[in-house]
Amino acid sequence: MKPDHSPQVSPDARNRRELVQHARPPDWRNPSPAEKYHLAVVGAGPGGIAGARAAAALGAKVALIERDLIGGDRLNVGCVPSKAIIRTARLYADMRDAVDLGGVRPSDTDVVFSMVMERMRRIQGRLSQADSASRLSEAGIDVYFGEARFSGAERLTVAGEVLRFGKALIATGARASTPSIPGLAEAGYLTNESVFNLTECPRRLLVIGGGPLGCELAQAFCRFGARVIIAQDDPMFLPKEERDAAQILSEALARDGVEIHLNTKVVAVRKEATQKLVDLECDGDRFSIAVDEILAGIGRTPNVENMNLEVAGVRYDTEAGVYVDDYLRTSNRRIYAAGDVCLEYKFTHAAVASARIAVKNALFLGRRRLSALTIPWCTYTDPEIAHVGMYVREAREKLIPVSTFTILMHDVDRAVTDGEDEGFVKLHVRQGSDQILGATVVARHAGEMINGLSLAISSGIGLRTVARVIHTYPTQAEAIKMAADAYRRTRLTPLLRSLCRRWLAW
Amino acid sequence: MTETQNETEGQLLDRFQRAAFGYFLEQFNPENGLVADTSRAGAPASIAVVGFALSCYPVGAQRGWITRADAAARALVTLRFLCDSRQDGQAEATGYKGFYFHFLDMKTGKRVWESELSLIDSTLLLAGVLTAGLYFSEQTPCEIEIRARADALYRRIDWQWARGGAATLRQGWKPESGFLHYGWDGYSEATILYVLGLASPSHPLPHGSFQAWKVTYQWENIYDYELLYAGPLFIHYFSQIWIDFDGVRDRFMRAKDSDYFENSRRAVYVQREYARRNPHGFEGYGSDCWGLSANDGPGGKTLKIAGLERRFLGYAARGAPYGPDDGTISPCAALASLPFAPELALSALRHFCTRYPEMVRESRLPSGFNPTWPGRGPAGWVSDGYFGLDQGLVVLMIENYRSRLIWNLTRRCPYFGSGLRRAGFTGGWLS
Repeated sequence: MKPDHSPQVSPDARNRRELVQHARPPDWRNPSPAEKYHLAVVGAGPGGIAGARAAAALGAKVALIERDLIGGDRLNVGCVPSKAIIRTARLYADMRDAVDLGGVRPSDTDVVFSMVMERMRRIQGRLSQADSASRLSEAGIDVYFGEARFSGAERLTVAGEVLRFGKALIATGARASTPSIPGLAEAGYLTNESVFNLTECPRRLLVIGGGPLGCELAQAFCRFGARVIIAQDDPMFLPKEERDAAQILSEALARDGVEIHLNTKVVAVRKEATQKLVDLECDGDRFSIAVDEILAGIGRTPNVENMNLEVAGVRYDTEAGVYVDDYLRTSNRRIYAAGDVCLEYKFTHAAVASARIAVKNALFLGRRRLSALTIPWCTYTDPEIAHVGMYVREAREKLIPVSTFTILMHDVDRAVTDGEDEGFVKLHVRQGSDQILGATVVARHAGEMINGLSLAISSGIGLRTVARVIHTYPTQAEAIKMAADAYRRTRLTPLLRSLCRRWLAW
Repeated sequence: MTETQNETEGQLLDRFQRAAFGYFLEQFNPENGLVADTSRAGAPASIAVVGFALSCYPVGAQRGWITRADAAARALVTLRFLCDSRQDGQAEATGYKGFYFHFLDMKTGKRVWESELSLIDSTLLLAGVLTAGLYFSEQTPCEIEIRARADALYRRIDWQWARGGAATLRQGWKPESGFLHYGWDGYSEATILYVLGLASPSHPLPHGSFQAWKVTYQWENIYDYELLYAGPLFIHYFSQIWIDFDGVRDRFMRAKDSDYFENSRRAVYVQREYARRNPHGFEGYGSDCWGLSANDGPGGKTLKIAGLERRFLGYAARGAPYGPDDGTISPCAALASLPFAPELALSALRHFCTRYPEMVRESRLPSGFNPTWPGRGPAGWVSDGYFGLDQGLVVLMIENYRSRLIWNLTRRCPYFGSGLRRAGFTGGWLS
C-alpha cells in the first residue's frame, strides 16, 4: 500500500536490529485470542499504545494490533528521527556561528552524514525499548502483528485469528501524501518515511512544501551542506501560523542559505541521467532547476484502507479520515477512533490525548469532548514556532475582541546572553479581561516555553496570575511574565495613577 | 550643516519639499504624462508614481513652483493617455477592467516586465486622478476635461471583477495566469482600495468585503504602545496621503478607542523605539535615525563586518520589530511621518542633514542608506538616484502637514465620503 520511492536504503544494521527487536521481534508469536476483548486497538502508534495502556491499567482485556513496527510514525519516520538529525544540524549551525558566541570556529566542520544517521538510529533503538512488544505484553496487552480487518460490527481478523471485541479503537495514523505532479513518481522522490533511509546527504535537494515538515528538513539538510531549494505554493511559509512567525522563519531559512521560492508551484519533473529536472511556475513565469533529490512534504493522508471499515459500519473519507463525533465515536457506536486517522491536527501528543479520551468514553461511560482539549503544537525549525489556543483571526471570526501582548526575545536577558534573541512571545487576550485565548512563541526553545501557556489556558489561569508567578531569572521563559507585566501596565489607568499619587502625597 | 541648523522649520520643509517635487518635473514624459519609477536610466513608468505625480501637480501650482496652467496641462496629458490607452488585458496592453499594469514603457505605455495588473498601484493612481479632478475646478476647457476624464476613469473600474469570486480583493491579475493566488493578509496600505471600491457608482464592492479583509487585523501591545500592527512604515502612510483619518473611526477603531491617524503616530513611535533598542546592533540607529519601510537596499549580499556576518537586501519591505532589517534606513519614510509625529520627523530630518550630509544631495533624500555597510562616508551605502514613490510621499505628506491641501481636497469628493461611510466609518470630518 505504501509506495516505496526511497532511492538508497541501507540502514545501519546493528541499530536497526535493536529497533526491530523491540518494535517487531522476528520471533514473535501472536497470542491465542481471548474469548472477547473489552477493547481492540488497531494500530500501535503513540495513540494506540496510549489507549491500550490506559485501558489495560484499568483492568480491561486489551488487544493491540500492528501491521508494521510498533511506535508508529513518531518513532520510526516522524518526530524521533527528525528531532535527532535536527539536533546534529543545530550543532553544525552553532559551530558555524562560534565567533558570534565568543568562540573559535573549529577548523573541521565537515559533515559526516553516516554519523548523523547512525546517531539517529541509535536513538530510535533506545527509545523503542519503552513500548517494545514485550513491555506491552508485560503490561497485560495482547500484542498481535498483522493486518487487521473488520469482519463484522463486533469482530475483526488478524493473521487468520478472529478477535471479538466489546469496543474498538482505530488508531492507524496517517502516511505521507502522494503529490500529483507529472513525472514525480517516475523520477523518484523522498517522503518523511524514506528520507531517514538516506545514506548520503544529497548535493542538491528540492523540498516541495513549506509546511512544518518541509521547513524543518530543508533547514537541517541545508546545515548538513546540501544546496536546498524550497518551493512553496503559498506566499508564506507555514500558512496556518501567524504572519510574523512565518516572516521570522523565512529570514532564518534565508540566512542558513536555503533558496526560497514562495508562491511557486512544481509543475513537472523529469529524470535526466543522474539528476532530476524540475519545472517551477510563479505567477505565470516558468523556470527549471536541476537537483539530485526531491523531498515531498505536502501533507498527510489518513490510513483508512484495507480494514473493511464498510463491513463494520464505520464511515470515512480517504482525505479527511474516519469520521468521529466530539466524543471520538465513529458511525459504529462500538468503535472509536483517535490520532492522525481522524484528527485535523496530526501530532503525536494530540493522538495520545485523543486516545485517552476515546478509551474513557468507550469503556467507562465517559463524556469527555475532543473540543475541550487544549492542544499546543510546535514546528522544530531554528527558531522553533509554537502555538496554543486561538489565533487572532479565529477570535475575530467569532467576534471575540482580542488584544495581543508581545515581547520580543531581544528584550529578554537570557535570550540575549544565549545569542538566541530572535523571535517573540505573543499572548492573545480577550479584550477587557485577562483571559488568555491563545499564544504564539517563536524562540529557539519555543516548544518548551509553550507548555506553561498550555497549562495556563487549560487551567483557566489569567494574565494577572501569570504576572504574579515568580519566574526564574534569567530564563527565556521570563518573556511570558514580561508579557503579563505589559498587560498589568495597561490596567494602570490615569484615574488609578492619580489615586496612587494622592495616596502617596497624603 | 549650518544651513539646516539656522533654517526655520518652514524653510527647511520648503527646501526638501520643493526638491522632491522636482523629481516629477524631471521624470515626466510630456507625450503621455507617464512618470518613471526611478531616476535610473531605462526605468519604466510606475502607475503608482503617476498617481503620486497627479497629486503633486496641485501642490506645485499652489506653492508657485509651476503655473496652474502647466500643472493642468501635465494632468490632462496624463488623463488622456490613461483614458485612451489599450484596456483589453492583452500581454502588451496598458490595463484591463479599468485597472493598470504595474509597470509601463515610458514611451509606448505598454506593459513591461510581464508585470501584474496591480490593484493597489491602480488605486494609488486613481487617488491621484481624483485629486487632480478635485483641484482643477475652474471652468476652462482644460480643467473641465480633466474633471470629466477623472470621473470616467473612476467609473469604469470593475471592482467586483477584482475580487475573483472571493470575499476580498485579489492583489493582482496577469494575462498569462489569471488572478495572483494570494490576497491581502493583515493590516496593509489597502484601506483606500476598499474605500474607493465601496463608493463606485458603477461596480461597487459589496459591503462585507472591507469587514472580511479586516478579519486578519491584529491589535498589539509592543514596547508598551498599543496599535494595529504592520511592520513597514509605508503601510501606515499610503492611504492617509489622501484620507484624513483624524477622529474618523470604523468599528474596530471605536472598540480600541483609537483611529488610524493615531495608529500611524504610534507606529512611528514603535519604529523609533526599535531603533533606540537596536537589537541587531546596526550602525547609526538611534532616537533620530530610524525608519524601516519598503525601499532600496544594498543588494542581496552577505558581508563580514566587525566579525559579524551581515546579510543585506535589495529593494525590500523592511519592518520593525519583526524584520526584515538589514540596517537600511528609509529617510523619506522618517520625514513622511511629519503629519503624525512632527516632533520626531523634524528631529530625524535635521539629524540626517548634519550626520549624513553626503546622503542628502541637493536637498533630496535617497530611497535608502545603510551606515553599517562600509562606504565612503558615515552614511555607508547610499541608494543611487531617486524613487518616485519616496519623492511623492515626501511632497504630499509635507503638504498635508503644512496646509492639509490633499486632505481638504478629498473631503470635498463624494466618493471618499461615501466609501468611508459604506465601510462603517463615522466621526471626524465625516460628521
